[in-house]
Amino acid sequence: MNYHGMKAIYRFEMARTGRTLMQSIVSPVISTSLYFVVFGAAIGSRITEIEGVSYGAFIVPGLIMLTLLTQSISNASFGIYFPRFTGTIYELLSAPLSFVEVLVGYVGAAASKSIILGLIILATAGFFVPLQVAHPFWMLAFLVLTSVAFSLFGFIIGLWADGFEKLQIIPLLIVTPLTFLGGTFYSISVLPAPWDTIALFNPVVYLVSGFRWSFYEVADVSVAVSLSVTVAFLLGCLGVVGWMFKTGYRLRN
Amino acid sequence: MRPIIEIAGLSKTYASGFNALKQVNLDIHRGEIFALLGPNGAGKTTLISIICGIVNPSTGTVHVDGHEIRRDFRATRSLIGLVPQELTTDAFESVWATVSFSRGLFGLPPDPAHIEKVLKDLSLWDKKDNRIMTLSGGMKRRVLIAKALSHEPRVLFLDEPTAGVDVSLRKDMWEVVRKLRESGVTIILTTHYLEEAEEMADRIGVITKGELILVEEKAALITKLGKKQLSLHLHERLAEVPVTLAAFSLTLSPDGMELTYTYDIQAERTGITGLLRALADAGIRFRDLNTKQSSLEEIFVDLVRQKQ
Ligand SMILES: Nc1ncnc2c1ncn2[C@@H]1O[C@H](COP(=O)(O)OP(=O)(O)OP(=O)(O)O)[C@@H](O)[C@H]1O
Ligand SMILES: [Mg+2]
Repeated sequence: MNYHGMKAIYRFEMARTGRTLMQSIVSPVISTSLYFVVFGAAIGSRITEIEGVSYGAFIVPGLIMLTLLTQSISNASFGIYFPRFTGTIYELLSAPLSFVEVLVGYVGAAASKSIILGLIILATAGFFVPLQVAHPFWMLAFLVLTSVAFSLFGFIIGLWADGFEKLQIIPLLIVTPLTFLGGTFYSISVLPAPWDTIALFNPVVYLVSGFRWSFYEVADVSVAVSLSVTVAFLLGCLGVVGWMFKTGYRLRN
Repeated sequence: MRPIIEIAGLSKTYASGFNALKQVNLDIHRGEIFALLGPNGAGKTTLISIICGIVNPSTGTVHVDGHEIRRDFRATRSLIGLVPQELTTDAFESVWATVSFSRGLFGLPPDPAHIEKVLKDLSLWDKKDNRIMTLSGGMKRRVLIAKALSHEPRVLFLDEPTAGVDVSLRKDMWEVVRKLRESGVTIILTTHYLEEAEEMADRIGVITKGELILVEEKAALITKLGKKQLSLHLHERLAEVPVTLAAFSLTLSPDGMELTYTYDIQAERTGITGLLRALADAGIRFRDLNTKQSSLEEIFVDLVRQKQ
């Protein structure tokens, strides 16, 4: 195991965040606060309660998920794409590191940032609405699993992209719509047929639902299903990254 | 002793379908300085990239210190340091941080004393806290060398290390290379400055269009392929070369004071005796004469031309 190598990558990536503290931490906190003001206060005052939870509190898990997904993807994809773009990737490729070690470094750092950010947003939310976490262990489990899974997904995008546009296009065209349609701001049970069924094909529904359950014990789908979908997505991404490294896809050809 | 690098039947076809290396076979001896010469696009960087693990080979094998580069990649890559051709550095990191990062990447625990020594040897010590983007091109090149030396490699690849580097820095750099070689490091370099290969290398390989067309001891290469020129400084100005001397294909300098005869030292007869006799017969007297061996550059240009 190249322990020093993993540590070097991890610290390098974390230092990158330190340099861009404003955009990595302050901006998600501000945008989350804005969501609270707009959705929680303005709209929430008319909606009152969903399944026994105040609307402001109801959207907290969804908002954290929204940040977790977008930040994991953008951190991890940028982390690996940028060295490819500048050419400094040569050093990584010539270093005695296995693909698992490279992943632990890059994905570990991206996921760590997301987790820290998720917790910061949770704390921020505490200023706006009374918080209650029914299952702290499962809350953290969903937080970590989702961060890792979407950091892996971001890593794949960073390997696949051959331009800055492609780096943006998947988060913009796929992830953001799926998140907004995934029950971040509402329970999918309020959707009219057939949309409530169609929504079940959206993987984000399972993430948000499971995460929300860990807070308030209310869920759109069963927790076991949420957990399975999250783990399956993580394993799927791992498989794709493994294949990419094995064949040298976009890296060593 | 087994060669430090053994390359057998190595070919590379890029995804674009371009065949950049064709059946290359090459052994690099322990502790030597090997210069790889070839025109732009010959495949030098491709060859180096394969050995270092940056590019996958299409066919063939490479062993470094007896380890196969793909199966035992940890062992082979730990032994190798690479200074790439392009100036690819981070921008925001400090010199110290980026060099320490490289050491960690290659699996070694921190060793500030070693990093300090490397930076001092490369005259980078006073820049250690500067961000890389504030450095000049030549300094960045030295940072790349420092990164490659941070993990104490046994084999060092220098891909055109002196491109864009001024004369005094180039001298410093060769000094570093010499010291490394004295400590037993094997060095493989590519360069377009042929005098450098001539000055530095023990052996020279010539590659063109993906084929390794020649590998030779430098001294042997120069004598083997070298032509010599005999210059005769005349006593009196000569208007033109007399017809009686036509067989020697002499060239006369524009001022008419010097005759040059080119001969092959490998040839059975160099023709010098005959030339001197013919000159005497023609009544041409000379004050002085000297001979000059062709430089590697001339040999190299000849070789590549023959191949085309
Ligand atoms: N990633 C790639 N995809 C396709 N073709 C490539 C790739 N990299 C290099 N080539 C081609 O392979 C050939 C050899 O390139 P290489 O960089 O090895 O040459 P070189 O000998 O290092 O040249 P130079 O002296 O200019 O550095 C060139 O024709 C180049 O265009
Ligand atoms: Mg090159």
